[in-house]
Order: sequence, then C-alpha cells, then structure tokens
Amino acid sequence: MSFDTAYSGIGRLDLLSYRDTVVHRLDPRAKVVATLLFVAVVVSFPKYEVLSLLPFFLFPILVGALGDVPAGFIAKKVVAVSPFAVFVGIFNPLFDPGVVGIAPGVSVSAGWVSFASILVKFALTISAALLLIATTSFPGICRGLRRLGFPALFVSQLLFLYRYTFVLMEETMRVARARDMRSFGNRGTGLRVFVRIVGTLFLRTVERAERIYGAMLARGFRGEVPSMRREALRPSDAFFVLAAGCFFAVCRFVPVPQMVGRLARRLAG
Amino acid sequence: MSHHLLEFKDVRFRYPDGTEALKGVSFLITHGESVGIVGANGAGKSTLLLHMNGQLLPTSGRVTVGEVPVLKETRSEIRRKVGVVFQNPDDQLFMPTVFDDVAFGPLNLGLPPDRVRERVHEALRRVNALALVDKPPHHLSGGEKSAVAIATVIAMEPDILVMDEPAASLDPRSRRSVIGLLNSFAHSKIVASHDLDLILDVCARCLVIREGAIVADGNAPAILSDAALLAENNLELPLTLQGRHAGEAACR
Repeated sequence: MSFDTAYSGIGRLDLLSYRDTVVHRLDPRAKVVATLLFVAVVVSFPKYEVLSLLPFFLFPILVGALGDVPAGFIAKKVVAVSPFAVFVGIFNPLFDPGVVGIAPGVSVSAGWVSFASILVKFALTISAALLLIATTSFPGICRGLRRLGFPALFVSQLLFLYRYTFVLMEETMRVARARDMRSFGNRGTGLRVFVRIVGTLFLRTVERAERIYGAMLARGFRGEVPSMRREALRPSDAFFVLAAGCFFAVCRFVPVPQMVGRLARRLAG
Repeated sequence: MSHHLLEFKDVRFRYPDGTEALKGVSFLITHGESVGIVGANGAGKSTLLLHMNGQLLPTSGRVTVGEVPVLKETRSEIRRKVGVVFQNPDDQLFMPTVFDDVAFGPLNLGLPPDRVRERVHEALRRVNALALVDKPPHHLSGGEKSAVAIATVIAMEPDILVMDEPAASLDPRSRRSVIGLLNSFAHSKIVASHDLDLILDVCARCLVIREGAIVADGNAPAILSDAALLAENNLELPLTLQGRHAGEAACR
C-alpha cells in the first residue's frame, strides 16, 4: 500500500464523520459510553468462546447501516490492521493442543478455537472503534471524553494528535514523493534511507511543536484547552445507551445462538 | 494614547548556541503606525518579532509595550496587547475547527460565551471567512488558512498587530485581499516580509535590519526606492518601482 492511499483512507474516515444521520446526531458521550461498554463486554468472554460472540456483530452492522458508513470501507480497514491480531493468536494452536467439541461429533484443537475467538473479538472491537470515529468525528469523541471526566491534559493531547496527523502525513507524503522521484528502481528506497527520513521528520516535528506552543502562548494559553460547546443529553441519547446496554447484557448472559439453533430444530422437526 | 507604544532600547539577544541574533536594536513605534521590517534571510527579523510579545526575552536591553516592560511576569499582560500572526498558518491553527480556533484566544481571556461567539463572528467576517466557521483547518486552502490565522489574532482585539510574512505562498488574489485587510486595521501594525510591494502598500515606515542591527529606519517609499541600500541587504526594488528592463539591469 503506498503512502498516498493510506493517507486518503484516513482522510475518508474523517470526511464520513461530517455526515448527518441518526447516529451522527447522537451525543458523543452516548456513543463513547456505548462503544466502551461494547468493547468491555466482548473482551469479557472466556477464551474458547466463538459462537456466543456472533450476535454482537449486529451492533456494528446496525450502527454502520444507520450511520450510512460503507461496510466495505470498514471491512477493509479491519483487514488492514488484522496482522496484529493474527500475530497475537497464531501460536495458540501450537501451545494449546487440548481438544474441545464444538458440535456433536465434531471436535478440534482448543488452540484453533481460542485463535478464532481472538480474531472475532478483534474484528468486533476494531469495527466498533472505527464506526465510533466515522460517526462522531475525532474532536467530538474528545469533547465527549472531556465531559465524561477524562483529564484535560490527556484530551488535549488527543486533539493535537488528530490535528497534526494530517500535517505530519502531508509532510511525510512530500518527503516520500521527493525520495521516489530521485530513486530509480530500488536504490534509495532501502532501510537506511527510511531511517534517515524518519529522523528528519522527527526533528521537524519537534521544531513544529515548539512553534505551535509559541502560537498557543501568544493567545493566552495557560494549560487547558477551552471549549464552549454545551451539548445537552436528549432522550434519544439515553435510549440509545439503554438499548445498546440491554442488547449487550442479553447477548452476554443468554446463549442466543444455541437458542436460535434449538428453535430452528424444533420448527424443522 | 501612550499604551500603544512599542519601544526597543538597545536590545541584544544571544541564542543558547551562541549565535548573536540581535546586536543592540533600538526603535520606537507609536500609536497607529504601520511599520515594515525588511532584511535578508537570517538578518534577525523573526527573532525581533519574537521579542515583541515576550516569547524571547532580551539578553540585555529592554522592550516596553505601553508603559509595561516585557518581562517574564508581564508576558500574559503583554500578549493581550500584542497579537502575533506567525508565518505558517498550520502552526497557528491548532484546534479541530475554525470556530474553536478563533475562540481559543477570547476564551483564554476569560470572556463569557456569548461575547466569545460575537468576537469569533466579527473576526471571521472581517477576514471574509465567515463561511468557514465549522470547517476543520486541514480542509482549508492556503489562502483560507492565512485569513483564519489573522482572524484568530484580531478576535483578541490587540492594540498592536505583528505579522511575519502574512502573504507568503498565497496566490495573487489572496495576497491582494490580505493587503486590503491589513489596510483596514486602525491598529499599530508591524509587518516583516520579503514582499516589498506589500510593505510599500501597507506600511508608511520601514526598518531595514542586517546582521542583527538596524541599518536604516525611515519612510517606506524613500527606503524602498533606494536601490543601493536594498542591494546591500540582498533585496531589490519593489516590482512596481522597477520597469522590466531596469530589473534585469539591476541583476546584472
């Protein structure tokens, strides 16, 4: 993947957050709380659980559909970061040779089951996080976090991370283009050049940080980034959190897939 | 109104690495004056500007704004009076939306929310950027960024407006609108630039700085038409003052 496409991918995630849908209109706090709850519940499942996790896909699917976020775009992003999850779980089948039955008469090595469980949990949590950003916008999330009581310093760091990701990426893109233009074939694209580029970018970033801090001081900065947005929670926000919470609770404590299976069998037979 | 005075008295400044950037600079800028600061690259223009709001403090000598000396303790008071627009708008615009960015200064001044909102709209209206109020800075063009950067500073209603290369890397039309904007301010204005035509259009007085010292101080049209003085400082006549052939001759 070239740098340019990676950059436009992030830009697209940012653009999606400016839309206006039911999900976008929810208070950032409601979405942050629901997403945190979702992640916590999904992660709380024991390591051999796969089947019971499947109903949770309903949440990202529903949020994505109502928020008008293209499913293919989110899926691609999830696949792009999946190597992390694969590395975490890839050795499970080797280290965990026990056998578990997954269906009557079918049993597989426990390692494969826990590997599958990691992948499913990963897909669920990452897609939920991406959807949160795509439907709330990063600054919205920061405002939500701040109003939920997260420390001001932490939240302003996140805000700067967001603002200057774009500046740094543009800078990187320019440097990468300048390099590609003067490196023919593979010469010049090697690791040594890469390391030097990273070094240069780091120094530039430090200098830029100094200038930004100067600009902040020049406008009276005294430690906290002020905000004057006062969003009030509406009934729809409360309903969203409540509905999501109930759904998570049901899926956590009631074996929904097994019940569906039993029901299907009874109807069939 | 004496509180719009800006005075440098024998200001010297040495960077931690030993470079002596200012070697005894003295001048007085009075209320409502518009002053251009010109000089070669590395002559000390930026260092000089950073002394005007206490971002750098002189190694020796003193800077006074109104009756207040610029010291570590008075810096926040000074920064209310002296607004600085930095050269690169990406350094100036650090908040997620244009509104938040323009509101940053007024909120830090402790103004109530409705006053802040008024000031933000007024500042954006003056720079013709009211339509951008909800946009994030990374979706603005270069000219829009410059306009908003200026708005962030005028929203604080400073007595003295200081600008470093306000029109660098702008297309001619955006540059022209920045010039119009600068001329509409009644503030004292201090503009550092290599764009001598801009200085000629905006400033009545001009300082020439070389190797950390002031080598000329006088009325802008006189200084900016002194080809010999300009050439000594790696500058040349403003384009409006040179015919096409005269310019070529100067290069030779």
